[in-house]
Amino acid sequence: MNLTARVAAPRYLLGQARHAAAAALGAEWTKFRTVAGPSWLLAGVVTLTVAVGVAAASAARCQSARCGIDPATVSFTGIDPGQAVVAAAGVLAIGNEYSTGMIKLSLTAMPRRLTFILAKMAVLAGPVLIASALAVAGSAAAGRLILPGHGFTPAHGYASLTSATDVRAAVGAVLYLTLIALLSLGLATAVRDSAAAIGLVLGVLYLFPLAANVVSNPTLARHLDQIGPLPAGLDAQATVGVHTLPLTPWQGLGVVALWTAGALLLGALALKLRDA
Amino acid sequence: MTTDTVAPRHSPLTPQRESFWRLVHAEWTKFRTVRGWVIAAGVTITAITAFVFVATGAGRSCTGSSGPLACPGQPAGPGGVPVVDTFYFAHQPVAGDGTITAQVTSLTGQVEVGQAGNGAPQMGPGLQPWSKAGIIIKENTSPGSVYAAMVLTGSNGVRMQWDYVNDTPGLTGSVSASAPRWLRLVRHGGTITGYDSADGTHWTLVGSATLPGLTSTVQAGLFAAGSYYDSKFCTYDSSFCTRATGVFRHIGLSWPATGWTGTNVGGAGPNAPSGVPEPGALHQSAGALTVAGFGDISPAAGDAYGGSGQSLQRALDGTFFGLIPLIVVAAMFITAEYRRGLIRVSLTATPRRGRLLAAKAVVIGAVGFAAGLAAAALALAAGMPLLRRAGGLAWPVSLLTEARMAAGTGALLAVAAVLALAIGTIVRRSAPAVAIAIVVIVVPYLLAFHPGSQPQGSGPGGGGGWPLQITPAAALSVQQAVPQFHQLVAVYPLDNGYCPLAPWAGLAVECAWAAAALALAYYLLRRRDA
Repeated sequence: MNLTARVAAPRYLLGQARHAAAAALGAEWTKFRTVAGPSWLLAGVVTLTVAVGVAAASAARCQSARCGIDPATVSFTGIDPGQAVVAAAGVLAIGNEYSTGMIKLSLTAMPRRLTFILAKMAVLAGPVLIASALAVAGSAAAGRLILPGHGFTPAHGYASLTSATDVRAAVGAVLYLTLIALLSLGLATAVRDSAAAIGLVLGVLYLFPLAANVVSNPTLARHLDQIGPLPAGLDAQATVGVHTLPLTPWQGLGVVALWTAGALLLGALALKLRDA
Repeated sequence: MTTDTVAPRHSPLTPQRESFWRLVHAEWTKFRTVRGWVIAAGVTITAITAFVFVATGAGRSCTGSSGPLACPGQPAGPGGVPVVDTFYFAHQPVAGDGTITAQVTSLTGQVEVGQAGNGAPQMGPGLQPWSKAGIIIKENTSPGSVYAAMVLTGSNGVRMQWDYVNDTPGLTGSVSASAPRWLRLVRHGGTITGYDSADGTHWTLVGSATLPGLTSTVQAGLFAAGSYYDSKFCTYDSSFCTRATGVFRHIGLSWPATGWTGTNVGGAGPNAPSGVPEPGALHQSAGALTVAGFGDISPAAGDAYGGSGQSLQRALDGTFFGLIPLIVVAAMFITAEYRRGLIRVSLTATPRRGRLLAAKAVVIGAVGFAAGLAAAALALAAGMPLLRRAGGLAWPVSLLTEARMAAGTGALLAVAAVLALAIGTIVRRSAPAVAIAIVVIVVPYLLAFHPGSQPQGSGPGGGGGWPLQITPAAALSVQQAVPQFHQLVAVYPLDNGYCPLAPWAGLAVECAWAAAALALAYYLLRRRDA
């Protein structure tokens, strides 16, 4: 009797390299869609961003041709608070695994830790991209409906609110929010505690512009606006006076991408080298 | 057989009181034994104090046609208050006690009514709300000297004003030839009393001013001032300035008359780097004296201040850096109990759940207040000399104001901590609680700097708009070091330390938020399973 002939290799070992990524993606996607939290958070991103955008557009007034207010900045005011919810979604994507102890099970099932974190990134980025697009589209539509009634008219130099520049600003805003979600995922992986991680992420986001507003040295203020992820991201959302900004729009988005890459690298290294 | 009876131990306090303070003590033990939380409270103090050195570096500079230049000196009034003291003065020297009376039959002027194609203002007839003309007793003609005046204003009726910051209302309504106004100032030693009348026979007391150190010989007479108004062009060409013209009749002086002298007090505009003189005018005809003038007699607040000093509020600019670690700790003070299941032990030990929440609020509020008070006191102590060195304080700050700023910062942090605790109780999980608390407390301050939130026209009320009126960030107004004046129409920008709400009103807004969140937290904590 030949025992070995009857025991086939387990199915999952076949074509492992090809299937491992797909399996990891599938597992992460199942985790993501079967709890209510992420959907609520992403719905919160859209609601908060659009609501604050509507409030800001309703409050804005352009009374003369020299008012110089950027209608895109006004419409996208909601991104300031909205990105906090995006950051919470990014932090909780991995923070929940640490707070419940689920991380041990996940890493036992998926011993390749880089595959695990890459699958997490992909599963987070997709829905966040869609939610950000909805939030930005809603804010832009609200601005387009409300602002012309508040003095943002062709007579004051606002010929159109849907030019190539405005599309670029909207795309910049969507990419910015997605990058912030990944930045939060990276930092939370490195820190492993949800509360500390969200405090850290929001500190990195909000303290640069707050400091730039209050430091008395203009050169230092400009440098703070160049290196901070939030002000750099705002440069990508501007449509008026772009040449006077500290960074060009794509440079601004590049600074945000550098922060995100750094945070993800830090998180991936910590995950790879450390006990869970 | 006998049974020993055991007497129950009697506490000197009522049982309820005793157990609540024991509960507070238990919560305090929970707080101080977590090393990370104590460190975070220390970071709060350090962040606020350390930021003084960044925020108080260089002074503001004024921009001229050929780049930045030193700001022109601002005249200082009594008590070192910076003032605008530029007006046209028809005066004569008088010695000792006496009375000046005049009838005003007309107040007209010129204001900006629109814009020409090249952006220059178009001037037309009209008055600003605080354009003024009237009678005045002033120590001398140098800017900043003490004075008391009865004035007729563009749309605020008759007022008595003295020493730049004081303003008391008299008769209301505007003036015309058929409805003239009679004004009277009576000097008695260092006290000047103002009266007004609609008919010249029935006089009403408006106010009484004590001018410390008033010399025996002073200048008494008539004046006109267009009011300070934000027009960049006025500093280059006085035909673009707001002007007021008053017509006076029945002028009576109890002192021996020596004839009128016309003087442009202040010489140049309030912030005129090019030194363009602002000519006033004096016309004497049969029975009437017409006085026209630009400028203003008022405190120099908001953008009317042209000097290089800064508000003492800059010393507390680090508050938000301290708020973030405090918010994280305050939210975790309850969410950590949920995460570890300690909440079940806590609620078993304290079945009356409201008391547990109250004890936690007392502890975290006290931590926030102590941290805020200590940090603000340190920051103000370090900030004063730094600001003096960097170009002088814009406004003298009284000890009482400093105490309000320090205690207010403590209260701001305490209420923010309680609000974060309530949010943590409501959502029960750390990350969402911290995110929500930071969004409602810190982010509105960022939004206040957005261009859409800034007021565009001139007017009292301060910068920042709705984000600093209805959100918990409104509490920032408790740190204001510079007063706003209803009698000065100017832009009050947030950059210069002006908030839209009065100091305690802003703190009350934050308290209302915390109270509402605490009520919801109490309701949910009682209703829900732990």
